[in-house]
Amino acid sequence: MEATLAAFIAELRTIGLPISVSENIDATAALLALPIRDRASFKSALAATLVKNSAHYAAFELVFDIFFSGKRPGGDLTAGPDGEAREEDEDGVPGAGQGPGGNGAGRGGIVARLSEQDLNDLLYRAVLAGDRILIQAVVAEAVTRYAGIEPGRVVAGMYYMYRTLTKLDLTRLLERLLAAADARESAMDRRLAGDDYRERVDAVRTEVEAEIRRRLVADRGAEAVAGTLRRPLPDDVDFLNASREQLVAIKQAVQLLGRKMAARLARKRRHRRRSTLDFRRTIRESLSNGGVPVDLVFRKPHPAKPEIMLVADISSSVSAFASFTLQFAYALRSEFSKVRSFVFVDGIEEVTGIFESAPDMAAVAHQINSGTGAVRFDGHSDYGMVLENFWDQWGAQVRKRTSVIILGDGRNNYHASRAWVLTSIRQQARHLYWLNPEPRYSWDTGDSIISEYAQHCDKMVECRNLRQLKDFVEELD
Amino acid sequence: MTERQPEAGRGGLGSPDQIVAGLREVGYLPNERIASVVYLGEQLAKPVLVEGPAGTGKTELAKSVALMSGMRLIRLQCYEGLDEAKALYEWNYKKQLLRIQAGQSDQASATWSELESDIFSEEFLLSRPLLAAIRAPEPVVLLIDEVDRLEVETEALLLEVLSEYQVSIPELGTITAAATPLVFLTSNNSRELSEALKRRCLYLYIDYPSVEREQEIVRSRVPGIGERLAAQVSGLVRSLRDMDLKKRPSVSETIDLAHTLFLLGAEEITPELAVDTLHVLLKYQTDIEKAAAELTTSPAR
Repeated sequence: MEATLAAFIAELRTIGLPISVSENIDATAALLALPIRDRASFKSALAATLVKNSAHYAAFELVFDIFFSGKRPGGDLTAGPDGEAREEDEDGVPGAGQGPGGNGAGRGGIVARLSEQDLNDLLYRAVLAGDRILIQAVVAEAVTRYAGIEPGRVVAGMYYMYRTLTKLDLTRLLERLLAAADARESAMDRRLAGDDYRERVDAVRTEVEAEIRRRLVADRGAEAVAGTLRRPLPDDVDFLNASREQLVAIKQAVQLLGRKMAARLARKRRHRRRSTLDFRRTIRESLSNGGVPVDLVFRKPHPAKPEIMLVADISSSVSAFASFTLQFAYALRSEFSKVRSFVFVDGIEEVTGIFESAPDMAAVAHQINSGTGAVRFDGHSDYGMVLENFWDQWGAQVRKRTSVIILGDGRNNYHASRAWVLTSIRQQARHLYWLNPEPRYSWDTGDSIISEYAQHCDKMVECRNLRQLKDFVEELD
Repeated sequence: MTERQPEAGRGGLGSPDQIVAGLREVGYLPNERIASVVYLGEQLAKPVLVEGPAGTGKTELAKSVALMSGMRLIRLQCYEGLDEAKALYEWNYKKQLLRIQAGQSDQASATWSELESDIFSEEFLLSRPLLAAIRAPEPVVLLIDEVDRLEVETEALLLEVLSEYQVSIPELGTITAAATPLVFLTSNNSRELSEALKRRCLYLYIDYPSVEREQEIVRSRVPGIGERLAAQVSGLVRSLRDMDLKKRPSVSETIDLAHTLFLLGAEEITPELAVDTLHVLLKYQTDIEKAAAELTTSPAR
């Protein structure tokens, strides 16, 4: 057990969870203190002591499933309620899986004799009734039949997953469920049942994934599987090649980041001690202490609010980054009073107005895509031209308290750089920052002229993932 | 690690099962994970850091634990600019001044050192929440609410209290807790807390409850509500939380909606009724419009 726990923690550390020695000790202490009755309480003890950031929980859950999968693969239902892999948060019925343990094997036997059609029917009925144990049995059987797992192959199981899901046909399953929902009387019930079934079908997909993972672990051992399944934490996911789910996670984090950035800047502004003594109020306060000025009162500073000008490249080479950029701009806008946003490819246009009027981020993206002046000629980014245009049109509005942030990869398609513009901007502005979504090693390769621009900026940072963006925000002043 | 008798433990709260039962009795419906972490917090004498979206019952958890165990609740509400004098302790300057002045008029016999040790005694010490929790003779529940509103520097104030359960006062020495308090910290995650603070705590993330649990919460908080209506309310809220809204409805807003519908005498929610009462759940006009549009269209495929 101790060896498994040590390997488990080592794996979490490899992924990047910051687990200190004292937390490791706490985990052991927690396992000793908590009466462990089932997998769920074991898991909560580890989660409470090892995972101190909600964004890391998904990663923890995956590794936990690999190391403590709790049951032998292949429809052995005796070992415990495995559905808790997903739903343990809400799980108020710890005994759910233990009851039918005795007849579990029998059920597995029946399931094994069903035809493909009947198996899908059974799954449909199980999902409709929300019978988690039956769902597990069907999924286990489906994986045995369809996945065609080859022992010893070092794979992450994506192909097994694909094969199983094609046969199980979850789209069809959802359609049947929705058809069943349509039979309900009230419109509201129909609407709500639809959402409910979608969630349940997603749970089936998750179960398939978990089942395949269990087979892999049984085949190759936990540590080896953990190695092939290793996924980066949300903080470390590259903006430019994030999957759809990862983008959702990034989106949420960026929203928070806008707020953090605002809080950070605001706090600095409101720092009291820098300001001058309020003599009158100090004396007034001292009267209640017999004329002894015990507490000094300082004037509240009223510094100018910082302005931000965000200039973002939205050309196709950074399109994934661009959607994130817009998200960031949108998050900032809701936290700062003065954020002006500009987008460019080979022309530049101010989009502050769009941000102001659009109800949400989707609408913003839609409006920007359906025609702005960002593309003027051929749709290949031309930084030099854009910078000059920016300077001509809005240069006069860059003021002492304005921070200019440029987001782009500096790939100029061999046009003139016109880096002098940056010097002028920097002279007038409070700060000039440049965030580059490309990895540092590909800077200055090909048509990238990033270091020519870098000389003229206060800071040029690589900004490929949330961690780097957070670091940038932390260092702001 | 010495062998412990988990069931007998440090006492107050009992086993995780008893915690579940106890919390249910005072109207808080915990899931198993919440109960485990509360139990561990007591057993390991570690503070529990509770995070999660607004309105999921973080503060309520601490209050309910206090209520079920009959312990006193001491609450420290954090805000920007909170300092030592408001969180830990403060010398009662006015009283000290009075003492000095009284001494002057009285007689000149009291030497300075006598006077000094006199005015820096417990009599002149004003206990603020953290010190009060430490000095309490009986175990108390200490709730440090919205700890993410503190500045990073002020966070360090908490560290000594949280790990050693003691407060060092230069003039008096170190005051150690007579009985270890049960500490809960809550955070809305508006900024990342420092590693030092997190390391000292157990971590509990309370997310929105599942449909089933929310339904149960609704039924316990709005007695008399029909089963069907409760199911619809929780289903509706779940659908809304899936939408891309500025602010997603919290559990307390779910309860408000259930109350509203109950008082209106509704037996089931029709789409029209849902749209009419959306303002109970959603607090932004754009959110309301969006949700209304989505709810009135036929079931999305």
